[in-house]
Amino acid sequence: MAVDTLEPRGMRPRPFFTPRKIIIYSLLFFISVYYLFPMYVMIVTSLKSLDEARGGNIFALPIKVTFDPWFKAWDTACTGLYCEGLKVGFLNSMKITIPSVIVSVLIASINGYALVNWRFKGSEVFFVILLFGSFIPYQVMLYPLVIILRELHMFSTLQGVILIHTVFGMPILTLLFRNYFASLPPELFKAARVDGAGFWRIFIQIMVPMSLPIFVVAMILQITGIWNDFLFGVIFAGNQNYPMTVQLNNIVNSTQGVKEYNVNMAATILTGLVPLAVYFISGKWFVRGIAAGAVKG
Amino acid sequence: MAEATLAAQSKPEEISTRPSLLHNIFLRNLSAKIAALPMVLTVLVVFVGCSAWSVIYSFTNSGSLPSGKFVGFAQYERLFKTARFVGSAENLALYGVLSLVFTMVVGFLLAVLMDQKIRFENTFRTVLLYPFALSFIVTGLVWQWIMNPNYGIQKVAFDLGFTNFRFDLLTNSDTVIYGLVIAGLWQGTGFVMVLMLAGLRSIDEEIWKAARIDGIPAWRTYLQIVIPMMRGVVITTLVIVGSGIVRLYDLVVALTQGGPGFASDVPAKYVYDYMFARGNLGQGLAASTMMLVTVLIILIPWAYIEFGPKKNK
Amino acid sequence: MNKFAVAATMAAALMCGTAHATDLEVTHWWTSGGEAAAVKVFADALDATGTDKWIDGAIAGSGDAANPIIISRILGGNPMGATQMNTGRDAEQLIQAGLMQDLTEVATAEKWADVIRPAKLMDSCMFEGKMYCVPVNIHSQQWLWLSRPAFENNGMTVPTTWTEYVADFPKLKEAGIIPMSIGQGWPINTMWGVLLASIGGPDLFRSVNIDKSADAVRGPEFKAVVDAFAVVRDTADTSAIVPLWNDATQLVIEGKAAGNIMGDWAQGEFAVANQVAGKDYDCLPGLGMHAIVDTGGDAFYFPKSTDPEITRTQLELAKLMLSPEVQVAFNLKKGSMPVRGDVDLAAANACMKKGLEILADPANVLPTGEQTFSSDTQGQLQDLVLAFFADKSMTAEDMQAQYADIVAASE
Repeated sequence: MAVDTLEPRGMRPRPFFTPRKIIIYSLLFFISVYYLFPMYVMIVTSLKSLDEARGGNIFALPIKVTFDPWFKAWDTACTGLYCEGLKVGFLNSMKITIPSVIVSVLIASINGYALVNWRFKGSEVFFVILLFGSFIPYQVMLYPLVIILRELHMFSTLQGVILIHTVFGMPILTLLFRNYFASLPPELFKAARVDGAGFWRIFIQIMVPMSLPIFVVAMILQITGIWNDFLFGVIFAGNQNYPMTVQLNNIVNSTQGVKEYNVNMAATILTGLVPLAVYFISGKWFVRGIAAGAVKG
Repeated sequence: MAEATLAAQSKPEEISTRPSLLHNIFLRNLSAKIAALPMVLTVLVVFVGCSAWSVIYSFTNSGSLPSGKFVGFAQYERLFKTARFVGSAENLALYGVLSLVFTMVVGFLLAVLMDQKIRFENTFRTVLLYPFALSFIVTGLVWQWIMNPNYGIQKVAFDLGFTNFRFDLLTNSDTVIYGLVIAGLWQGTGFVMVLMLAGLRSIDEEIWKAARIDGIPAWRTYLQIVIPMMRGVVITTLVIVGSGIVRLYDLVVALTQGGPGFASDVPAKYVYDYMFARGNLGQGLAASTMMLVTVLIILIPWAYIEFGPKKNK
Repeated sequence: MNKFAVAATMAAALMCGTAHATDLEVTHWWTSGGEAAAVKVFADALDATGTDKWIDGAIAGSGDAANPIIISRILGGNPMGATQMNTGRDAEQLIQAGLMQDLTEVATAEKWADVIRPAKLMDSCMFEGKMYCVPVNIHSQQWLWLSRPAFENNGMTVPTTWTEYVADFPKLKEAGIIPMSIGQGWPINTMWGVLLASIGGPDLFRSVNIDKSADAVRGPEFKAVVDAFAVVRDTADTSAIVPLWNDATQLVIEGKAAGNIMGDWAQGEFAVANQVAGKDYDCLPGLGMHAIVDTGGDAFYFPKSTDPEITRTQLELAKLMLSPEVQVAFNLKKGSMPVRGDVDLAAANACMKKGLEILADPANVLPTGEQTFSSDTQGQLQDLVLAFFADKSMTAEDMQAQYADIVAASE
């Protein structure tokens, strides 16, 4: 922090265990415990045999580590008549998530750019309504959207679900992009205009290369949201494209005889792996992206 | 967002000094307009159109399909006589206030903590942020377990000899909302922390130096200088957190199913139940219209302050 | 993920994309052990035709989770081949809108009207003289399931009536056994319905559910039922209330709970756990108070398709579901009773035989709430019942008054 750097940095060696540091790190430690605790319970439980998971202490480490629940969740857990685990939905989730993320981020970035640099009459009004839209419960729009997509012949298709994710991702993403572009120096845009560059050229050659961080943020948000979605996937993507969350729901919310907590936990972790991996890999970018200007405005 | 509005004031046409053909200008404008078309359509068709659709059908006696007859305010009269709806609105209000205050305050404090030039900042940040990557199904399942008196913390404490220890928030009507808040905070504060941290980082070091020279203590610098400068991030965060609260549904279904009884029921669940499970679209849409009206009452004054007067400058 | 899996998924996607004529997707919410075993009987029967194939579209989480998906898909013009659905007024609107396949042709050819009993089951599938669904089983809710070891291992005899059972509550608690396990949500409402029919008796049940008499609700007989319900409410602690109905049954199977009120489908769970009626567990229809059963049940609807091959397969499946062999095999797995009166049920267990005996006398047969109230009114009553069960401060009089208001307002 800035305050520290102003302190004299002479010969006096600073001890590591200052009271201030002890307070900060012990605070961080306790907070981390709260955040890590549920993950710990999930992982530990998923590595226990069913008897141990049901009978024992949920905090205890497994007496005998077994990976069977993981294999079962992925490969053989039953949902209805099919005992094929989560793996069936994995590819479908990919098929839905990848194009939806690309399209929704692209459109939202163009929105943000147009809202900042190419304002037209009423553009702010559209933006405000868009923000209002993020407060409306999805369920309310379900039936009219079903009817609209039917008329467009896009119901139960990948294009349909991509469209739905684009629409519902638009408010927050547009807000982020709009704020980001607004924080860029306006001279850049003006200079490009003076050189005669048009809408798309400025966007592609100047704006996009400068806004990598915010693209990363938007993509992370969308990957998380779309990967975890259940309702839109199951209704709009069609039965041939059921996402992984459908199997997760079926595994977690149905029990065939004894409730298999260990398999449930393994299944939830497996389903969360993709967004988790995205966070672990690009977590640094995430903060940088937001810090790079997405929050100004 | 004041700067954004100002930056956007400069009209592109004015600075286009090079002589250009009329149709050239027309084409340029055209591509900007075409580019904005998806947004315009989304706003008009989905957010305005579908909302209007739902308001119109809330005045009908539609059953499981939108095809009923006009019945005036009958659905609304019934709605306000229904203890469950009124109760669910109260639950949401309590949850909303607690969740909003704690998410914002805790998120900010965590960001300040992370901003203390600590070691392993990346690790700590990831730890706080990872729950945001998980679906509500996961959050519901694991917290249900931890707070279950027969399996979770209470049982462990009991086995250790603390027989009076109670941690059964979810099974008690008076405390179930707090259980929801705890699980919701677990999932959501990390993201708010990141937004706030980004806000803190975007503040010029010079401001800190100046405050230091003036002898202002750190807490006052935060309160009186830094927070006002973070207005943009605070608004972004409020929109994200607020819309999450109003639409609260998944977490409730995954964690409590609205129970015990209806102690953790929320309006979105009422809407959903009536629209789909009970085949009474009219009633569900009346409830959703009330949600919409409430949101508008809260947001329109804000939008006016934010976007209204400045435009005429 | 290997190449084969990719290829298989692609192939599957292609097949569905071109709507392969003989694949029939069937949605349902039967995902517990006994239920899945029963669905498999249908699937195997269809697959055995050699030309047609059952594509399973299970959605877990009871009808509440599946309903929006089913209706959206039908409304959106991409319907499933067949779907489980609640009979009654929900389906009526879809039929009116012309979205459902007319099954009258099969019904006439197979003489359903002659074999289905009670005849009322047919009515719930009829609309303007045409048949639109296939009732596949008779479920009755009025059952109390008791764990024999829970009583016998603690020096008690297994009760034969509700009154005896309630008297054992304190002793069971002392022995560390949950007196009665309860699933959260709708199972509480089911329990209420069972108490109303079994303790209140068929006459009270009829005047409330059929005559819709608010006065009957305000009367002393009704009060006695509410009081009994309050006893259960006040006995149940947090260990007794579990998330799902089959979790509650499981506690009885393991002997951790002494009893559980649940429909006869619970029997499917006992069967999956290889327990024997009369030896490991006991069952009391009508809680041992009145010899009654209701005739709820499940039905399948067939959304209209533009593809004649799909329509053909739909009619084939409708026929198969009611064929004598499939009826027997399916119902034994499901724990329910066949809708045909002309099938041989030598294989039925002790509990199912009790049920069939009661069913033989039409005077014992009650309609279910689903057949008498709209799903809207049912929903309101369920809200009230659940609120009463969760709130120990709510008095029986409050409950009666509100119940009467809802009954009076129902059309």
